[in-house]
Amino acid sequence: MLSEPATQIGGSDCRESGSGSGSGGGGDESAAVIAMHNVSRRYGQLVALEGLSLSIAAGEFFSLLGPSGCGKTTTLRLIAGFDRPQAGRILLQGRDLTEAPPHRRPVNLVFQNYALFPHLSVWDNVAFGPRSQRLPEPELRRRVGESLEVVRLSELARRRPHQLSGGQQQRVALARALVNAPAALLLDEPLAALDPDLRRTMRSELKRIQREVGITFLLVTHDREEALSLSDRLAVMHGGRLEQVGTPRQLYDQPRSAVVATFLGAANLLPAVNGEGLRLLRPERLRLSAAPPGQGERGLRARVRELVFQGATVEVRLCGADDLQLIAIDTSAALPDNLRIGEEVWCRWNPADSHLLEAPQS
Amino acid sequence: MNRIGSVLLGLASALAFGLLYAPVVVMVLFSFNAPRGRFNLVWQGFTLENWRQPLRDAALSEAFLTSLGLALAATLLAVLLGGLMALALERARFRGRRSIELLLALPLTNPEIVLATALLNLFVGVDLPRGPLTLLLSHSLFCLSYAALTLKARLAGFDSTLELAAQDLGAPPLQAFCRVTLPLLVPGLLAAALLSFSLSFDDYVVSSFTAGEIVTLPLYLAGAFQREISPQIQVLSSLVLLVSAALLALASPFRQGRP
Repeated sequence: MLSEPATQIGGSDCRESGSGSGSGGGGDESAAVIAMHNVSRRYGQLVALEGLSLSIAAGEFFSLLGPSGCGKTTTLRLIAGFDRPQAGRILLQGRDLTEAPPHRRPVNLVFQNYALFPHLSVWDNVAFGPRSQRLPEPELRRRVGESLEVVRLSELARRRPHQLSGGQQQRVALARALVNAPAALLLDEPLAALDPDLRRTMRSELKRIQREVGITFLLVTHDREEALSLSDRLAVMHGGRLEQVGTPRQLYDQPRSAVVATFLGAANLLPAVNGEGLRLLRPERLRLSAAPPGQGERGLRARVRELVFQGATVEVRLCGADDLQLIAIDTSAALPDNLRIGEEVWCRWNPADSHLLEAPQS
Repeated sequence: MNRIGSVLLGLASALAFGLLYAPVVVMVLFSFNAPRGRFNLVWQGFTLENWRQPLRDAALSEAFLTSLGLALAATLLAVLLGGLMALALERARFRGRRSIELLLALPLTNPEIVLATALLNLFVGVDLPRGPLTLLLSHSLFCLSYAALTLKARLAGFDSTLELAAQDLGAPPLQAFCRVTLPLLVPGLLAAALLSFSLSFDDYVVSSFTAGEIVTLPLYLAGAFQREISPQIQVLSSLVLLVSAALLALASPFRQGRP
């Protein structure tokens, strides 16, 4: 193993990340921009976070992915300082800032609703942070100008937020946070309020901006496509804990649990050969044919239940023996021509493409 | 049909506005009258004499200035206390919050005469001599509900993440409040202040019970009308009209909500 993965899954059940194949970023604790140790937060009876440990390296694009209520927003609020944990420590740039108020933390948050100041122009919104820091006027003007340039909004500096489109407001929110040159930028579902087309555009914009400024981004999202396409590393959260941390590739191909496997995409969960646990087989690894599996391949017979044409690809839903539900996704070109609903076909795969999941803990 | 309808509507509107503003127009007109005798009620001839010295009538001027000072002080107190109450009721969660909200709305429906007698009762009971202090306390009191409720409504529509965003951008809590919350509350503060000022300035009932020796403008006018009506009364009233119209014009950009 080359280096320790930068993120460790903590708590009592300290499990190692991924399979250790060259995870992005890394290094020792002191290099971490954000480090959380055994952080717990409860609201009355409700456990929002349970012994969460996490460390994010400088310059990383890191995502917390999970369904609503999994604790990802709580994590963000704790890092921003809007809330305090009942146990555990939060270190930013190596300093323990668990109890520090928001205005003394070297991180900035981009709010889900942007929270732009309606009484201030775009320029004054962006200048809010530098004015709080009492930067000298020339320095302030330079920084605000640069920030607006990064998000390509220099032309609209005089406008008020309500005169901007959703995407432009989003850019203002980004510029307003980036102008402070924070150690890390926290993004709370930043694209959720945008319509799908704009969301795709802003997604690549986010990536471009992160590359340009080189600041650590911590993104909270429930959108797996967003997390997979943007992140250097991501963590899947579930029930106030980290399920698994790793690169998008690792988590997609080698998820530890069925929770991670199904959350990151469509999944076929087959009983393992020896009868213990489940094997994951992604739909695009499954090939359909009239011919039986060749040498070194596995296969099973299944009846076509549904054909969903999606343009470049076709999604085929099948039903095998013992009511086993399967999904196969293939390019329209690669599928057998005469595939019909109700027909029986062979589903074939290479055993190396399947992945054994850990049995769920009781 | 449609034409007839709009003509009728126009006539009705003209009549309504006419009735509403005719007395005011007459009053302004009579401030330019050169009256004979003590009652400026019959048109004699045009003069600018009354306007040259609007404060010539010493007792009237004193009453006017008293009311002005009283209304300003009561407004300041009511908006300050009402603002703090509104903040507490909107931001804090505590026992009895609902009951306090109810109690706050009660004075709006409570007949003023009930408040006036209750206040007199109280001041006599605690042996507080009627004068400037009791007058100010009473006026601030009945303005308080209006100010607090106006501001509470304004705060209810306030996005609290804005203040968090300000703190996140490096502003300590008090600075965040002053740079973000307060400017956004200006329309509400202005509305509360205008309301309080006009309520206090023309109050008669509560003042008559709690003023003691102090004579406010409404008290003076009510008394003076029995003895004389000097053109100065019309002059001052026209001035008040002018000022309130100016204030209204000043406030109108804020009334359309946030720009």
